[in-house]
Amino acid sequence: MAKSNYKLAKSSFPSAEDVHQVTLSNGITVLARSNFNSPSISMGGYLPAGAIFESDEKLGLADFVSTSLMRGTQTRNFDQIYNELESVGASMGFDSGVHNTNFGGRALVEDLPLLLQLLAESLQTPTFPNDEIERLRAQLLTGLALRAQDTSEMSSLVFEEILYENHPYGRPNDGFVETIQSITRDDMEKFHRLFFGPRGMVIAIVGAIQPKQAVEAVEKFFGAWQVEGQKEAQELPPLNPIKKIVKRHHTIEEKSQSDLVIGTLAPTRKSEDYMAASLGNSVLGQFGMMGRIGNVVREKSGLAYYAYSSLNSGIGPGSWEVNAGVNPKNLNKAIDLVEKELKKFVKQGVTKNELEDSKANYIGRLPLSLESNGGVVSAILNIHRYELGMDYYQRYESLVRSVKREDVVEVARKYIDPSKLVIATAGP
Amino acid sequence: MKNNITQVTLKNGMKVMLKEIHTAPIISSWIWYKVGSRDEPTGKTGISHWTEHMMFKGTKKFPSGTLDKAISRDGGRWNASTSRDSTRYFETMPADKIDLALRLEADRMQNTIITEKEVASERTVIISEREGSENEPTFQLSEAVQHAAFRVHSYHHEIIGDRADLLTITRDDLYNHYKTYYVPNNAILCLAGDFDTKTMLKKVKALYEKIPKGKIPPRMIRPEPPQKGEVRLSVEGPGETAFTQIAYHITNATHPDYFPIQVMESLLNGASGLSYKTARLYRALVDKEYAVDVSGWSESNIDPTLYRITITHRPDKTPEQALAVFDDEIKKIQNELITKEEITRAVKQAKAVFAYGSENITHQAFWMGYTSMFADYSWYTTYVDKLAKVTPQDVQRVAQTYLQPSNRVVGVYIPKGRG
Repeated sequence: MAKSNYKLAKSSFPSAEDVHQVTLSNGITVLARSNFNSPSISMGGYLPAGAIFESDEKLGLADFVSTSLMRGTQTRNFDQIYNELESVGASMGFDSGVHNTNFGGRALVEDLPLLLQLLAESLQTPTFPNDEIERLRAQLLTGLALRAQDTSEMSSLVFEEILYENHPYGRPNDGFVETIQSITRDDMEKFHRLFFGPRGMVIAIVGAIQPKQAVEAVEKFFGAWQVEGQKEAQELPPLNPIKKIVKRHHTIEEKSQSDLVIGTLAPTRKSEDYMAASLGNSVLGQFGMMGRIGNVVREKSGLAYYAYSSLNSGIGPGSWEVNAGVNPKNLNKAIDLVEKELKKFVKQGVTKNELEDSKANYIGRLPLSLESNGGVVSAILNIHRYELGMDYYQRYESLVRSVKREDVVEVARKYIDPSKLVIATAGP
Repeated sequence: MKNNITQVTLKNGMKVMLKEIHTAPIISSWIWYKVGSRDEPTGKTGISHWTEHMMFKGTKKFPSGTLDKAISRDGGRWNASTSRDSTRYFETMPADKIDLALRLEADRMQNTIITEKEVASERTVIISEREGSENEPTFQLSEAVQHAAFRVHSYHHEIIGDRADLLTITRDDLYNHYKTYYVPNNAILCLAGDFDTKTMLKKVKALYEKIPKGKIPPRMIRPEPPQKGEVRLSVEGPGETAFTQIAYHITNATHPDYFPIQVMESLLNGASGLSYKTARLYRALVDKEYAVDVSGWSESNIDPTLYRITITHRPDKTPEQALAVFDDEIKKIQNELITKEEITRAVKQAKAVFAYGSENITHQAFWMGYTSMFADYSWYTTYVDKLAKVTPQDVQRVAQTYLQPSNRVVGVYIPKGRG
């Protein structure tokens, strides 16, 4: 029997030896890794053209631009682009966040050149055809109408508005009806001209291809891309932490379930506090059937189908939040239970057993998260984005094991103050 | 595709399927029970799904609250789901930890403890799950269409069950359901991943062969009579966005027409798992600005099922206008032969989707069991070949046979907020 153990698994994790990293002369970083187990490849990446550049009046512009990229280029129209992709069972897409425009796709390995060619065209020579923009606008506005009816989305939107007041993280990436209506083709063309370019772009390719060939393919389609005056983003403005419990309810009539988000700020992904906070969060609202929160709200009280906590850490200050969907009449009861758990978490931290359980889970589940090409693409993009070091997955086990109970309670107290929480709810 | 699997039936009638894959130190284990929402009589709708929830409540060996922790501690991922035809449980574990999953499933096949207290607490959890779905206009529409399409067959109700039954199903109902259907000769265990087949089979036999077999539970079979005339319905609710769902009765997954129907679907609304922006319906409805989206899908079921298309409407066009354009597209595929190239395209799409799926061991174990619910594994391994044999004439014939107004239900979600 091919005896498997963690040591064997570890040797198959991405490392400096098998992730090929090259920076092209125009500043594009290429990351590539082979996996010949399946005849397919996954591709993903980003470039620093996010919502941070938008004005309040044009909220949703980066998002609108990213969804327009495949609606027409100097070489192909919308139908031709998708016909090329769909005919060979390939897929590709764009979206945007505060910092970046992200892209991703997959194909059979023989179609990688096609995928890269369409990616290059979409990023470098989009034409923003008027009729396509108007079609998209109608779709985006319908998306906003549906968002307005969605208790989960609206509670999150309200939560972020309060937690990140006067900060780019507090603005919804998909904008508002008025801002989407006000965006013109000129706005989009200008946004693309100023912020899209090779500097800061990262692309990762994983699959049935030698890394060197992958790099050559990227060089072929992107090597000549030059953009003069590509603008750089400003630093994130400082954030004013909330000073008390701030509670807000957003009414959506005739819904049978309400959603709630309770939380506060979290460390950045690069912060030294991250691993302790992440393990603490696992105990609080992830491990097993959604941790302590799931146990109290779902298992013991039967109040919700889902109740969990999450730590959303990125470039800037993240959020540490508890989410649940409950019957409107049980909303206050659920809020009380969650607040009580947060108080307990901050006061007592986690037990030795709880921490050991979560550590074992973090170490044991790694092979699963790195199983597919797509999983490896996001892992190596994260390593690059948050400067974790290409040996991150080799060090991962010792990083997890080094977290002590004291570390967890310390970060819990540093970030969570039960007297200073945002409590956002949406429903009838 | 090579059919490199081992299939064994244990002495107690339990079927075991094993597929060695040595690409990653992972094993996925799925156990499938032949019971789903179709087996529920009126008054007990939702009981299969509720029983699935109760299977997480523990046994004497793995008491309540320890099951999930045991799996998570070992770095595993596990879950369960209930469909119309089956109930299935899976664990995907680091390869050296799979024993836990095997022991756990063998134990809870026989020894799950179902208490009044746990049933009471789970009742509100499940009602909450239903309320979450009810928040979505498309769930409400889908449920109404399903009800109208199946008057006799027990595909009539949604898997989650009707609220009235969720309020009245008792602990004994759940326990009886569990005892009736959770017997080894009603189960299939599917394992894929990094193991040696002989060694693994030995382990499986040691754990499962001693479980006494039960009576083979009967399946509920009430064939749906042919629909005689188009059914139209509407659902009203909050919001500003209207939706239309069109559902045609189609065949089950083993009928010879199944594959031509798959090609027809991929032409009309795109291949499963891929974008669909060059599909005929998208071009006609979205590109021409009659709708903001149109998507379609069908289930692969034991009994004849539905092919559904959902249109998300634009505020400046009525559902009737969009439906007229939709009907023109249906007429086109009925009247004009498709090209051979269109079939080649559908085949290539399917090949790619299969290649993506083979990156994932959980996915591969899933397919062994999934196909065993209505056919056998060769259904999966010969899928692409069967697709390639479909002719333009086949597609035209199934379009003419199944896509008839008298064979469909058309449901519209009318938003009360639009004024």
